[in-house]
Amino acid sequence: MGSTEIARSAPSATTGVRAGTSGARRVGLPVAGLTCHNCVQAVERALQAVPGVTAATVNLVEGRAVVEYDPDQTGLPALREAVKAAGYRSDTARARFTIRGITCASCVTKIEKALLGTPGVLKASVSMGTEEADVEYLPSVADLGAVKAAVGSAGYEVAESPPPASPEAADREAEAREAEYGSLMRKWWFGAAVGTFTMIMSYPWLFPGLRDWFPRESQRLWYVWAGMGVGSLAVILYSGNHFFTGAWQGLRHRSANMHTLIALGTGVAWIYSTIALLFPQIFPSSELTDVYYDVTVVVIALVDLGLAMELRAKGRTSEAIKKLIGLQAKTARVLRDGNEIDISVEEVLVGDIVVVRPGEKIPVDGAIVEGSSAVDESMVTGESLPVEKKVGEEVIGATLNKTGAFKFRATKVGKDTALANIIRMVRDAQGSKVPVQRIVDAVSGYFTPSVAILAILGFMTWYTFGPPPAVVFALIVAVTTLIIACPCALGMATPMSLTTGVGLGALNGILIRGGESLQTAQKLQTIILDKTGTITHGKPVLTDVVASGGFDETTLLRLAGGVEKSSEHPLAAAIVEGAKGRGLTLPDAAGFNAIPGHGIEARIEGRALLLGNLKFMRDRKIPLDGLDARALELADGGKTPMFVAIDGKPAGIVAVADTVKEDSKEAIRALRGMGLEVVMITGDNERTAKAIARQVGLERVLAEVLPQDKAFNVQKLQLEGKQVAMVGDGINDAPALAQADVGFAIGTGTDVAIAASDITLIKGSLRGVVLAIQISRATMRNVYQNLIGAFIYNVLGLPIALGVLYPFFGILLSPLLAAVAMSFSSVTVIMNANRLKRWKPRTASGGTGP
Amino acid sequence: MTWDKIVVDVVGLGLIGFIVWFFWLVKAKGVKAALTSGGYQEQMVLVKGGYTPDVIVVEAGTPVRLNFVRQESASCSEMVLLPAFDKSASLPEGKTVPVEFLPKEPGEYEFACQMGMFRGKVIVE
Repeated sequence: MGSTEIARSAPSATTGVRAGTSGARRVGLPVAGLTCHNCVQAVERALQAVPGVTAATVNLVEGRAVVEYDPDQTGLPALREAVKAAGYRSDTARARFTIRGITCASCVTKIEKALLGTPGVLKASVSMGTEEADVEYLPSVADLGAVKAAVGSAGYEVAESPPPASPEAADREAEAREAEYGSLMRKWWFGAAVGTFTMIMSYPWLFPGLRDWFPRESQRLWYVWAGMGVGSLAVILYSGNHFFTGAWQGLRHRSANMHTLIALGTGVAWIYSTIALLFPQIFPSSELTDVYYDVTVVVIALVDLGLAMELRAKGRTSEAIKKLIGLQAKTARVLRDGNEIDISVEEVLVGDIVVVRPGEKIPVDGAIVEGSSAVDESMVTGESLPVEKKVGEEVIGATLNKTGAFKFRATKVGKDTALANIIRMVRDAQGSKVPVQRIVDAVSGYFTPSVAILAILGFMTWYTFGPPPAVVFALIVAVTTLIIACPCALGMATPMSLTTGVGLGALNGILIRGGESLQTAQKLQTIILDKTGTITHGKPVLTDVVASGGFDETTLLRLAGGVEKSSEHPLAAAIVEGAKGRGLTLPDAAGFNAIPGHGIEARIEGRALLLGNLKFMRDRKIPLDGLDARALELADGGKTPMFVAIDGKPAGIVAVADTVKEDSKEAIRALRGMGLEVVMITGDNERTAKAIARQVGLERVLAEVLPQDKAFNVQKLQLEGKQVAMVGDGINDAPALAQADVGFAIGTGTDVAIAASDITLIKGSLRGVVLAIQISRATMRNVYQNLIGAFIYNVLGLPIALGVLYPFFGILLSPLLAAVAMSFSSVTVIMNANRLKRWKPRTASGGTGP
Repeated sequence: MTWDKIVVDVVGLGLIGFIVWFFWLVKAKGVKAALTSGGYQEQMVLVKGGYTPDVIVVEAGTPVRLNFVRQESASCSEMVLLPAFDKSASLPEGKTVPVEFLPKEPGEYEFACQMGMFRGKVIVE
């Protein structure tokens, strides 16, 4: 790993320094901020002026200075100072890592010395308290491997702690689960094997062949039962030991859980059986001395099986996050010292030039500096079509380069990349709580002890009023009650659905902040859409060219574009882009003069050109010949018309407008189809706003709203008693997003960690709002199904276990059936949550979907 | 009612009384988190069948770092949540996972596993 090219020509792999002329050292120093040839010379001169430097050359393209110096006379810090003094930066990398074995203050100095002795390391500080080293180094000279090797050479060990979201960590988690599953399954098989034998031999009189061999109260049967007692003890110790230790540890914390109930139930059955076996004389009648070892063994085995199935299903629940983590690229090919080297993705630094070939994964976030390509971003944004990327545009790490090769400058690496942010947000959201969970939390503290109390009450009632043999009935009822109660199903009901729902959102390019946002999103009544950037692209484009007075459209646009090239007005850029988009070469203008609030004038190709609004034309006494009527028409369509006059005569109109996103209309129709009121909010004038509203099929428009008043308008709608969502960009609309019950931030590209929003849509489309609300509705439906199912299960199961059906129908539940029901109920909850994963977005026309 | 039934019922009621007292009436004493040189109030929390200690007393206004160590494989305790501080962390077995937060207001704040079976409390004074 690391800078292989450097290491190859170096005498030592750890120094990372090339062998230069005898005694002299040569380093490549990164220099940032180089823009022109003059800068190159300035930096070169500055470096050469440092005493001890024998040669310095700066490469403008690479942004790097190659310096040869005598290490006895000068060092890297002095060289960096020189670059800085010349007005440029020499960027460094910083790394923090944990070191094992720091026991004394002298270790600290020793390690710091070793680090500082490594060429390329500028600063190093080791803290004894945190056992952490903080190292600043020049990435062109040393790499992280060399830095860590220096720690090793001092006799200490660098603790490898891969980032928490690394694929390795996910693998380890999966491995741990697999091991747990294997262990539970072994416990189940052992329990099942002993259980089959125990079940048969507990009731030999039910089996014709055994009936004669093992009659009741025979010595032979006693020996078999004694054997079963030992066998079931083995099951308790091996298959059931986690219930008993779990129960004991719970008790030490004065808390009771599922383990407590299972341990109590199976333990009571075992103790009763053993007493009946060893001291039959204390029981008044022989029918009371039957053993119930089968209850102990079979219940333990079945609950183990249930736990194993639960674990399997749970593993599938968190698949979404695994998929996200698996997206990360492992290596990157970067340009360092003019060479392409492969390094691990953790070592890519901000500012590195990364080379990506067709079919390769883009390793980190950045902006293209050379080349172009189509990029498949579906894994991050959910957008299925490849996106064309050209120089200057953003690329997102973990997306797939399809067609062309390109180079890009890394802008975000490590834990700052879009994907790392997404993973962190999804993790946090999955760990949050849905507000309805509060009910469960309130109940769960009382649940398990209450079940134990119910079991005791059941025992007392049956013993006091039950039919003979009362103690047997009482025992069965108490044990069944303990076993059928399932706090797990209740406890898992909401977290499982939440995990699946949040994961589902992430895979569709929707980041949900937490359970609360999810629960509120399904209750929404009103959606406020910001116009600019949400319904529309947020960037004006050239829409109409109207030529008059003998000019043709091409000439008009060519000249207007030529003039606007010199302007910095945002509308000017739209005209220039539009003209270039039609393949026109734009001539240069002279005598450019901008008149604020009016327009511009300039000379181009020997003609005098005026470009501006109606007022400008009137001021310059240009006859409009009906062009003003046409302009009004365009303005009614939500466009901004600009008049052009050439040599004092009207030449036509160019109009620009912020255009509506392709799928906005469809998304708005879908939202209204879901019974939501949709409102548009904008700072634009009434006429433009109405025009856009007409295009997308909206009736309610809040126009001419100042940016700072947006939050107030959200509040006004909330005062109408409605649950209001605000959709807008996360920066300008932040107060409104925060005021809304649910704030949707439309994110674009790599800027996904938007603080003010409850839900972030990675793909900048309104379709995401539709999907997010659908997902929240589906998830909350799932949550309620689980909660109600788990409540009903316990509400019905407990009385039946207590024997309320016995007086009427003579039905008494067996503890074995209770164990099956209990395991089944918690597996059902997880399976129901997993069912959510098969959710498919409904189409706008209200098509199919579960 | 025969004497054996009376005995069973008296013992049963006694047990119920014990359960109520044991789980609901006894208030656990808290452990005061130690202030370290880093300026954090630190406390190690063992995750094994519950949280040890499960009541942690801290002072308001000073950042708190709880170092959770999970020493069991049961998947129930995989995560720890502090809903009041919007914090959650997954706890790999055997690893020390720090959770940091800044308690501003005095009060009692719960922390729990995802299913709410394991519970603990941070008392901010």
